[in-house]
Amino acid sequence: MSKFPKLLTATAALTLAAAPAFADTFGLGRVALPEEITAWDLDVSPDGTGLPVGSGNVMDGDDLFQENCAVCHGVFAEGSGNWPELAGGVGTLADDDPVKTVGSYWPHLSTAWDYVNRSMPFGNAQSLNPDEVYAIVAYMLYSNDLVDDDFTLSNENFLDVAMPNADGFIVDDREATEYPIWRAEPCMENCKDTVEITMRARVLDVTPETDTPAAQTETVTAAAAEAPPRRQPRHRPRRRSRRSIPRWWPRARRSSRNAPPAIRSAKAPRTAPARISTASLAGSSAASRISVIPRGSTPCATKDVSGTKPAWPNSSPRRRPISRATRCPFPV
Amino acid sequence: MTDSSNPTKPSRRAFLSGAAATGAALAASSAAAQSPDPLITEVQPWASGLGDGVDAAPYGLPIRHEADVIRRNVEWLTADTISSINFTPIHALDGTITPQGCAFERHHSGAIDMTKGDYRLMINGLVDRPLIFTFADLERFPRENHVYFCECAANTGMEWAGAQLNGAQFTHGMIHNMEYTGVPLRTLLNEAGLSGDVAGKWVYVEGHDASSNGRSIPLEKALDDCLVAFSANGEALRKEHGYPVRLVVPGWEGNMWVKWLRRVEVMDGPVESREETSKYTDTLADGTSRKWTWVMDAKSIITSPSPQMPIKHGPGPMVISGLAWSGHGAITRVDVSKDGGKTWQTARLAKPGEKMALTRFYLDTEWDGGDMLLQSRAIDETGYVQPTKAQLREIRGENSIYHNNCIQTWHVMPTGEAENVEVS
Ligand code: HEC
Repeated sequence: MSKFPKLLTATAALTLAAAPAFADTFGLGRVALPEEITAWDLDVSPDGTGLPVGSGNVMDGDDLFQENCAVCHGVFAEGSGNWPELAGGVGTLADDDPVKTVGSYWPHLSTAWDYVNRSMPFGNAQSLNPDEVYAIVAYMLYSNDLVDDDFTLSNENFLDVAMPNADGFIVDDREATEYPIWRAEPCMENCKDTVEITMRARVLDVTPETDTPAAQTETVTAAAAEAPPRRQPRHRPRRRSRRSIPRWWPRARRSSRNAPPAIRSAKAPRTAPARISTASLAGSSAASRISVIPRGSTPCATKDVSGTKPAWPNSSPRRRPISRATRCPFPV
Repeated sequence: MTDSSNPTKPSRRAFLSGAAATGAALAASSAAAQSPDPLITEVQPWASGLGDGVDAAPYGLPIRHEADVIRRNVEWLTADTISSINFTPIHALDGTITPQGCAFERHHSGAIDMTKGDYRLMINGLVDRPLIFTFADLERFPRENHVYFCECAANTGMEWAGAQLNGAQFTHGMIHNMEYTGVPLRTLLNEAGLSGDVAGKWVYVEGHDASSNGRSIPLEKALDDCLVAFSANGEALRKEHGYPVRLVVPGWEGNMWVKWLRRVEVMDGPVESREETSKYTDTLADGTSRKWTWVMDAKSIITSPSPQMPIKHGPGPMVISGLAWSGHGAITRVDVSKDGGKTWQTARLAKPGEKMALTRFYLDTEWDGGDMLLQSRAIDETGYVQPTKAQLREIRGENSIYHNNCIQTWHVMPTGEAENVEVS
């Protein structure tokens, strides 16, 4: 615990000093019964504490996975659309686009068991029994090439499984690597010689439309007020007819990763930007909406503050977000 | 002006002399009217007829003219809206308190509907007596009020590799700031009885919802300032923020603020749950990842002008406004640059910064009608200065996803419109 920020240790010391005052209790609440604790205290720690007795093999795990998980996570746990991929990606963590999966990223197997046991399948959590969870986790290991197809996972051999990225984590080191540098008096004047725009969000064109034309506002609001509360889509996995893929389909023919759907076109169309005067802006009742600038206009035509050539389009690595934008950058 | 002696407010004299200095511009823009304003010369319907009676809206929403000040989500980010995120319309808000109704939401398995009657909180693990509290029990403990910001660790995460989303709402809207009422977690842990050494122990906190979102928190922090909250901004928590009870973990990443809090287990180690291994860990350029990066470092953003808040007036006096915050304590200073970081001016804090809460800053200035590259940088009580994107990237690369507290740049154009840009 020596790694904690100093601030924390200081406050902890204060708290400890105040400990005698804690002796007083209010006598509120009631003692939790053992059955209640058993029902809720399900977490599993890296050393296996919390694992129930049980076992399951890759074969059974495959069946269970196809039945309960594949609709979202893909037949081979490779992911589907924007749903999380659970397999693959080993060796990609230092790449431009790391693929983080149970196999490539998770440091502890306990986390996989615990998470599947308590939180999956999405929309039907806590519906699997321990043997089923062992089997599914065995299948996820198999999908990640970490075990063979005859493998059986149990509470007894659980800690024998080596996770590829087990040593891939360090404890927060900002206190040492960042704070000393950034706790300096900042520059106020002549802080740089030139300033050049190197990238513009408009070029990507991935911002949602937020127009609420004033003319429509009234109708929209009225409709919203009258509309019945939106039903939440249900997330029971839609049962798909089991795909007729041979059980031990050769690896090479398994799609390793689904190509993400292209959501936005990567290239900015080269149309001239429409000129919008301040006057017309001020007079526009919808002036507060975001897309004052017609979408897809070429920003290079806009005058650059520094007077230097606009940096877009250029060949700088800053172009990468274009491909980024077609992936799901939010970590669900 | 009975409160003119209040030292926390800018003095009236300073304000007046500032106004005098800009008098020329004022005179210039106070153009003579061509014809009388009918809004003044003609009797308007509201000056003649009647408005709504009381109870027209027993619980009111903002007037319809503010209908676009709403949370928004970015559809392409997530597969569905159940495990997803939306964004606070920070561009359109002022002051510091975020109304609950437009405060960002992040769910891992949807916002659940739970009554106070069905609510239970279990404290177990390394305690003298494992306990169960009902909601009514919680209300009988001494309670406290605190204003804190709650920022998702992934706020601004889409901007690591470059300027991507055009609007403060989308780049910085995974944050809200509320006044919480609740019972210190320390009080409840004490009720269950802690014995032995605090050092090296943890609590694991988890929610009632199906995601069972769970996080390990060092016991020191749990005993320091964590709050088991049931009200925000004076009323019950909203469903989407964990009604009836959520955990408040001041200054630390939003994912730890477990909603629908159901269990606190005192443990001798971290669980290393999915939310603290697979997610909320920050991958560096060399592929190793930082874990336990809980504190949200100092950060600020200009909310207006910004892409969703173009300047709608001509040259002359204007207010540049924004928010600053730090998980390490209070904001002490915010600087603003109009030229992309060449020169900086210190902005005015609306109130002295408060620990782990949003601070509003204003730069009361003149716009010459030309281009501006607006930036703000926050400084907190530890002396930490908000870094540039380049500084962050140098240490972390571009794959961290989380904890992007870089200086943001808006390019304000002569038209008054603004764009999210990156500058050299
Ligand atoms: C209806 C779609 C759906 C189904 C069916 C489903 N999941 Fe998931 N799964 C998700 C979503 C969505 C998430 C991310 C949840 C979040 O945001 O916290 C997820 C996350 C996961 C993760 C964590 C991924 C990561 O990288 O952190 C694992 C492991 C997982 N699921 C396993 C399973 C297993 C095993 C099953 C079947 C027993 C299953 N899931 C069924 C949608 C689904």
